[in-house]
Formats: sequence, structure tokens, C-alpha cells
Amino acid sequence: MSVVEVSHLAAGYDGREILRDVSLSVTAGDVVAVLGANGSGKSTLIRTILGLVPSRRGEITLFGTPHKRFRQWQRIGYVPQRLGAGSGVPATVGEVVASGRLARRGIFRFPGAADRDAVREALTAVGLLDRIGDPVATLSGGQQQRTLIARALAGRPDLLVLDEPNAGVDAASQEAFAAALTRFAGEGGTILVVLHELGPLRQLIGRAVVVHDGRIAYEGTPPEPAGHHAEPDHEHLHPHAEEIQAGICEWAPTEQTKAY
Amino acid sequence: MELLSLPFMQRALAAALIIGLAAPALGIYLVQRRLSLIGDGIGHVALTGVGLGLLTGNSPVFSAVLVATVGAVGVELIRERGRTSGDLALAMLFYGGIAGGVLLVGLSEDSGSNSLMQYLFGSLLTTSPADLMVIGGLGAAVLIAMLVFRPALFALCNDEEYARVSGLPVRTLNILLAVTTAVTVTIAMRTVGLLLVSALMVVPVAAAQQVTRGFVSTMLAAMAIGLGAAGAGVLVSAEADTAPGATTVLLALTVFVVTAIAGSVRHRLRRHKAHPVASEPPDVVLHA
Repeated sequence: MSVVEVSHLAAGYDGREILRDVSLSVTAGDVVAVLGANGSGKSTLIRTILGLVPSRRGEITLFGTPHKRFRQWQRIGYVPQRLGAGSGVPATVGEVVASGRLARRGIFRFPGAADRDAVREALTAVGLLDRIGDPVATLSGGQQQRTLIARALAGRPDLLVLDEPNAGVDAASQEAFAAALTRFAGEGGTILVVLHELGPLRQLIGRAVVVHDGRIAYEGTPPEPAGHHAEPDHEHLHPHAEEIQAGICEWAPTEQTKAY
Repeated sequence: MELLSLPFMQRALAAALIIGLAAPALGIYLVQRRLSLIGDGIGHVALTGVGLGLLTGNSPVFSAVLVATVGAVGVELIRERGRTSGDLALAMLFYGGIAGGVLLVGLSEDSGSNSLMQYLFGSLLTTSPADLMVIGGLGAAVLIAMLVFRPALFALCNDEEYARVSGLPVRTLNILLAVTTAVTVTIAMRTVGLLLVSALMVVPVAAAQQVTRGFVSTMLAAMAIGLGAAGAGVLVSAEADTAPGATTVLLALTVFVVTAIAGSVRHRLRRHKAHPVASEPPDVVLHA
């Protein structure tokens, strides 16, 4: 069954076209990594699929329904790069994760026992149940990222869409969410994940798509890391992802991928 | 306290309590969204509505609700576009609002600085029985909307993009917040005045969040602080013959100072008690 179908998509912001011509097909049970350099358009691709960036040309179909008519948002769990800018008003981990139930419950119904169970189950899956009552601001970056994954899981989606969940995350958290995603995929869930590098998710990824210059430059088995990434002990942690210099660890097309 | 036997005092107190409860219930979403000053701006716009009401002989509260609502929805549409010029557009709207208000109030028969001051800074004497009905009805509506839609509004203010991907009616909820802001500003102008309305939305929230850990607990604590400050503000101002709006706001700020101190003391005690544990595993292990 088709989960995401993108054909000849073009999209961008404020007159700048970032995606030029992208076609992508994700079927139920797929685990697809979207790789690419900073500015290649990999995040724009998933943001356009989710409707956060308007498309200019081309078609997007979600679960067999054209994007404009798609209403079953409870089937999609979105994990953004980071928690929205801290607002100062405290919110507990449990409260943030409970937002994940809204798509399924609707805005007119009060949360019930099923919602509370789903929140606890999702927090258990990412190993944060003991922090349910703590303010999210007191969590580490990696724990906040796991909170966002729990929020997406709480809605019991069929498709998880993650935007660089590895960025700026400590090793313990990377392992915890790799485990959560492995379980989700094991239960038949579909995953579309934007990654800077495969990291601990390598085992899970069935197919990689490399976006370069607004187009798909490579699609197939996950590419092997090159250069210093290939060293067996290479631990690739980005405590400050946004400070990464362009070109240090990008999935630039190689000879192999250019031939594609 | 024999003042409370006077009907106008009873009405002023009742109005203040309703606003003290409703304003922070709305304000917490505005603070969460970093729109703490929006109430102030809408207050400026509402003054034009007051002027229009006085000039045309209609209820100033009613016309202020209308004009403030139009202004708030306009602000929301500007904000939604996310243009950098939005900041300037808001400034123009706000100053246009207060200038128009001062001009129109001046033109009306009921002119005089006294009348203008009542709306800008609140007064105990001006709440008529009809006003109280309006304040009670609208205040209850604001309160119910903020409590019933709390999960959705929390999700929206916490992460608007996530709310969008969840299929929430983001624009409708944004307009709901804009309209309730306008309504709250207008019903509060009788008691605390248009220039201090925003304080009653924001200061109780700021005070509450010094000592709370979650959103719901912050909301309830802020409502309690707002209720207490508004009620005490009316009573103190009646006894001491001070301006009710200013008295209420200063009381709320006093609570803020107290909770800020309490919060920082608690924080220090916790840090003192907590062991210096590394939250992440060490990079290297040295074997002796």
C-alpha cells in the first residue's frame, strides 16, 4: 500500500526554489532515510510532504489521498528537529506528549483513560516514563528529542516522519530512540527520516534517498560512510548541530551515485 | 468593609473577580506564545471603540468589543504572514488606535479628561448593572473557551507546526485567541483600565511560573493569583482611595516578587542537595 507518493515535486520559500523535481514512493513498512548536504532540500522535502511548505508543482499523495483532500492526520506522527523555542511557561513531559493525542481525539473531547495510557506507553518506549512529571526544560537535548518522539508515538501513527532526530543528541538518547524506532518498524510502521548521517539507525534503514541540489541524486541501499566516517570507532555526535560547517560530513554524491 | 454594602462597590468587586479569573486563563497562552504585549496593543485599539461609542451615544463597552475584535483579528492576520514588516504594522495599528480614541473621546459630549482617565486606568464607580451583565457573560465565555480548548491551545502555542501537522484547525484557534484577547481587554477596561489590562493577563502567569512545574498547574495558580490580586485591589483601593487598576497590578507584581524569591531559593536548595552527577556517560574511562 502506498503511504507517501511524491511525483515531480517542486517547492521552496520566498521565491527561492529548493526542490526542483523530486519523485519518491514510500510503501507501508518501508524505512526510508533522506540524506543530503545542508541546504540540499532534504528537510524541505519532508516539510512539503507534511504541508508545512507549499508545493509549487507536482503531486503529493498520502495514504492514497491527494494532499489537499487528506484529513487523516492521526495516521502521521511528526517529529520536528527540536522543541519549539522555550516559552518560559513550564510544561511537563507528560503534557507535551499528550499533545500527540489531539489528532486522534479531536479538539472537542476531553482526554480520557485511553489517552493517558497511550502517553505512558509512548514514554515507556523512549525510556522516559520516570520523567513524566518533570518540566521539559530540565531535560537534556537528547531527552527532549525523545519526548518529541514519544509525542508522535502517542498518537499511534502508521507513518513516522522525523527531521534529523540525531542532531545534537547524546549517545544514550540515540540508542534509546533507535530502539523505539526499531520497535515501531517491527510492528509494521512506516518511517521517513531525514538524517545527517545514519549513526545508530543504520541497521534499521531499508532504503536511502540522497537529495542533492533539489533533486534525488541517489536511491537505493544506504551508502557506506566515507573518510573519517568510516572509522569503526567514529562517534559522530553534534552537540551543536547548527554550527556544523557545511562540507564536513555531507552526503555529497560520489562517483557511484553520480552514475545513477 | 461597610463599603461592600454599597451596590456600586459590589458590582466593581464582582467585575474585578471575573476579570481576575479570566485574564490569566487567556494570558498564559499569550505568554507561552511570546505575545505578552499583545493585550496592551489591543487595549490601545479598543480606545478607538470607546471613543466611537461615546460619540455615537452607544455603549462604549459594546463598541470597544467590536473595534478591539477587528483589531485583534487584523493583528493575527499580520502575524500569520510572518513578514518582518509585521512589527511596524502592529506599531501603526496600536498608535492609530490610541490616537483615534483620544480624538473621538474628546469630540464626544461626555468629554473631559475624567472620562478618558476612567477608561485608561479603570474606575470603581463606572460599572453599571448592565455592564456587569456584559462582563459576567463575556468573562464566563472566555473562561470556558480557555479551559475547554486547553489541550488544543496548548499544542498550538507550544509548537504551531506540530499542531498543523496534527490537523488541528490552526487558523480558527488563532482567531479564537485573538477574539478572546479583544473581549478580555474590553471587559477589563472598566476595572483596571485599558493601559493596565495586559498586566492582569501576564503578571499572574509570570508569578505562577516561578514556582510551578507544569502548564496546568501554572494556569490554575495564575488564575488564583489573578483572582486574589483583582479582589484585593478593589478592596484596598476603596479603603485607601487609590486607583483600582494600579493597586491591582502592584499587588500582582508583589506576588511575582515573592514567588520569584521563593522559586530561586528552592532552586538553590535543590542544586545544593543534588549530587553532581554527569547526566551523560563519560567520553573516556581511565583505568588505574
